[in-house]
Amino acid sequence: MDFTLPQYDPFRMLPEIFMLLWALWVFTYDLITKRQKEAAVGYMALIGPAVPLLFIVFYLTGLLPESWRYGGSGFGAMFFNDTTAMFFKIVFLGAAIMAIGSSFGITKQKIVNHRGEFYGLLLFSTLGMMFLASSNELLTLYIGLELTTIPLFVLAAFFKDDKLSVEAGVKYFVIGAFSSALLLYGMSFLYGLSGTTGLVQMKMNMAVVFLSYRDIGVILLGGIVLLVAGVGFKLALPPFHQWAPDVYEGSPTPIAAFLSVGSKAAGLVAFGKIFVNGLMAFFGPEQAPNDWGMLVGLLAILAMVIGNVVAIRQTNIKRMLAYSSIAQAGYIMIGMVVLNEHGMASVAYYIFAYMFANMGAFAAVAIFEDQTGSCQIEDYKGLAKTSPVFAVSLSLFLLSLVGIPPLAGFLAKYKVFAAAISMATVDPSASWLYWLVGVGVLTAVFSLFYYANVMRLMFFSNEEPRHKITYSVPALCVLLLGLAGIVVFGIYAEPILKLVRTIPADFGLYIP
Amino acid sequence: MILSSLVFVPLLGMIIVMCLPKDKFNAIRWTSLLVSLIPMFASFWLTWDYFFNYSGSAAFAYVVGPYNWIPSLNIQYYMGVDGISIPMLFLTGLLSTLSLLASFGINNRVKEYFAFFLLLEAGMMGVFVALDFFLFYVFWEVMLVPMYFLIGVWGGPRKEYAAIKFFLYTLFGSIFMLVAILIMYFTSEPHSLNMVTLLDHGPMMSHTLQMVCFIFFFIAFAIKVPVWPFHTWLPDAHVEAPTAVSVILAGVLLKMGTYAMLRINWPMFPQALRELSFWIAVLGVIAIIYGALVSMAQKDLKKLVAYSSVSHMGYCMMALAAVSSVSAIAGCMFQMVSHGLITGALFVLVGVLYDRAHTREIAAFGGLGAKVPVYTGIMVLFSMAALGLPGMSGFVSEFMIFVGAFGALNKVLVGISVLGVVLGATYMLRMVQNVFLGEFNMARWGGLTDINLREIISVAPLAVLTVVIGVYPKPLTQLMTATLEHLVSLMAR
Repeated sequence: MDFTLPQYDPFRMLPEIFMLLWALWVFTYDLITKRQKEAAVGYMALIGPAVPLLFIVFYLTGLLPESWRYGGSGFGAMFFNDTTAMFFKIVFLGAAIMAIGSSFGITKQKIVNHRGEFYGLLLFSTLGMMFLASSNELLTLYIGLELTTIPLFVLAAFFKDDKLSVEAGVKYFVIGAFSSALLLYGMSFLYGLSGTTGLVQMKMNMAVVFLSYRDIGVILLGGIVLLVAGVGFKLALPPFHQWAPDVYEGSPTPIAAFLSVGSKAAGLVAFGKIFVNGLMAFFGPEQAPNDWGMLVGLLAILAMVIGNVVAIRQTNIKRMLAYSSIAQAGYIMIGMVVLNEHGMASVAYYIFAYMFANMGAFAAVAIFEDQTGSCQIEDYKGLAKTSPVFAVSLSLFLLSLVGIPPLAGFLAKYKVFAAAISMATVDPSASWLYWLVGVGVLTAVFSLFYYANVMRLMFFSNEEPRHKITYSVPALCVLLLGLAGIVVFGIYAEPILKLVRTIPADFGLYIP
Repeated sequence: MILSSLVFVPLLGMIIVMCLPKDKFNAIRWTSLLVSLIPMFASFWLTWDYFFNYSGSAAFAYVVGPYNWIPSLNIQYYMGVDGISIPMLFLTGLLSTLSLLASFGINNRVKEYFAFFLLLEAGMMGVFVALDFFLFYVFWEVMLVPMYFLIGVWGGPRKEYAAIKFFLYTLFGSIFMLVAILIMYFTSEPHSLNMVTLLDHGPMMSHTLQMVCFIFFFIAFAIKVPVWPFHTWLPDAHVEAPTAVSVILAGVLLKMGTYAMLRINWPMFPQALRELSFWIAVLGVIAIIYGALVSMAQKDLKKLVAYSSVSHMGYCMMALAAVSSVSAIAGCMFQMVSHGLITGALFVLVGVLYDRAHTREIAAFGGLGAKVPVYTGIMVLFSMAALGLPGMSGFVSEFMIFVGAFGALNKVLVGISVLGVVLGATYMLRMVQNVFLGEFNMARWGGLTDINLREIISVAPLAVLTVVIGVYPKPLTQLMTATLEHLVSLMAR
């Protein structure tokens, strides 16, 4: 038997290699400067995601020379740079940059002795996400997911003396380990059925197995349920969402932000790769059972309803944003169950728009918390008078999360609903998607209530507020970056939309 | 170009106002007023030019685009006007400037107020010129945000409740519209969001989907009108909103609902329309009678005017249900214009009284006629116009509506609706009687001053137009006849 070694091409992995080295350098830098440098560690850490981000953007815009063979597969089929991988890497790196940018406050005041570890772990987690995005088979996917979450367990518990933070860390750790186990167990089912871990091969093998034996239903269903639960925990999709509010509340605010965007996007990629790509055959109308589509649709409905309804009652803004992010995951899942040329594209655009809005909102919360030590929504009262920039930007982020045009959040919702309707109008067996859209739009109206509540407090009160916000340069930059993102990509979305159009093809949803 | 400028000049004005220093109240006020003069005169010029050059045909005039805005979603930047948008633009331009003038009394957070107001104006103008569904939706929604803040920050005692109620209600409606737009987009072949092509093709979907889309659009627009039973946000919003915002709300925002019905809902789903027109007429008649009865019971002057809006917009709905009659539809357009003028003025006048008396309770007044004669004269003029006195625009519109609807609709229904005129006279005359006639409370209102020049200027144009349209409605009819005939032919498909 001929056996050729897979081709190793380090070019494919340049950004990841850089991230790894840089994360180690950030650790080292903090140590060799005897932990005396305050902001310098942060700025140093910012370079970590910024360089790979520029690299990928340059590659996508064609500014890199042709000889830098970045796109395509390397290391056998284990590592793959398609548009999906690159696009989601942009989201992860963007989220990492914004999380680091809003961490300058806490590293100045609270985390005095472990700045290097804080930033380094954040970079490691981002690195895991990048591997995840490039994975093309179950094992690399799993490893990427673990590399993403394990640093986050530590980061969630980073305030060692704070009960809530420690609780958040432990909770996240227990849930995370548990869900990883479920995920692995589910993957073993798929491996048992198909005899391969490669996603594309698995898709074909599964179809063959299904056609020859027909009654693989129970095993497959077992696998699907385990996988949905496993990824559902990572995505905080109800009924697997209970950890999210507690963890967000306890963790340092930038970490909560990173959890809500980065780790959510990572879960989405994992979900897309396993289900949309690997298990696609078990969705379509010909294969009848709709095994996972309706199940996930149901979870999406639960997410939108529970997230949006429970958020109304929250008094802590981080908990409110936690529930809001649960609801947002619900909207994203609408796009996920649409298996045509619009589905994954809408998911990608949604997470992109969501990144700016949610990271921006959390950045604002972090700025406020750094100065007042409070996360109570009540304390935002009257802020529009003393700090108009802060109030206006936070309002715009929230309005983008509601989906008010012309902000990017609206176009995101538009695309998701459009995807669902595009399938429902042509395929009668997919008309249940109308109900998904119906619940989506109605709960979007509910969501306005709690988002508007924050705006109400900031703007409507005529009392003199107790606080006046001052900004550090990096925090202000994060705010402005978020604002620029939601405004620019709401009005001039064409470049991004063009890019995401090719994403469904990466999942084998249509032949370009 | 000129249509784009209608939208972007106020937007630019907002940015300029935001750059001005916070405590230069007068600079902010005058800047915004001057900025709003540009779209106002532009809309006047448009009306003039359209009347002489384009009113003979139903085609869209002054078309901007279609330019590709977001090509991967087939979203275009496409604007144009015809005979039904021109009067609305005129009204928007005029009322925006007048209400900015009426807002000079605002002393609290002036900069934010005027910035939000200009954003609101941009949104309103946009709705009336957009010819692409996405663009239309963007303007439709953009407007909600400044409105929310204008009611919520500068409103009355229950402002927070009224503001969120308004926002939730209208968002609830528009979200239905979004779904309907998406269904239209994906069922049309080739996929398009262009209103003009979609209009030409007619609906390309199954009957069920047509009904669904029609009802979704209808809910969205009916909430804005507001049609009974979707009207409950209106009294709250009106009562709590500051005067100028009430004017805009009654004068322009409500008309967006009927305008959008006439632009989108009606001609695009003619079949569904015919099947449902009876029930739409019933809703209209209920609104007429219910609004009038509730107005009669009001103790608060502003609430009375607010509920009278429900009644008056009911006429519009009834007229719109008479799909086959050009006269009824033209009556609806007249009613939209004249209600905008009259109710706008009434809200300004109620505001004038409230600024001085700090109460709007009808029972608290009496005999004001002797103390504030000029104010009384103007107020009585507009009350008469509102109850449909011949010679005023309200009469023309109601007459046209009844003539058209009587031929096209169920006669019993129209017969019932005529009662609305009597009821309208009742509540208006009772208001006039209780506030301006009778015994004067010298101790309490001895210090009341008459209406001042700035306030007169802000209602005078409305009074002139009310009378001019009432006496000589022909130009307005001519302006829109071609468009309306075209629309009626589309609805007959």
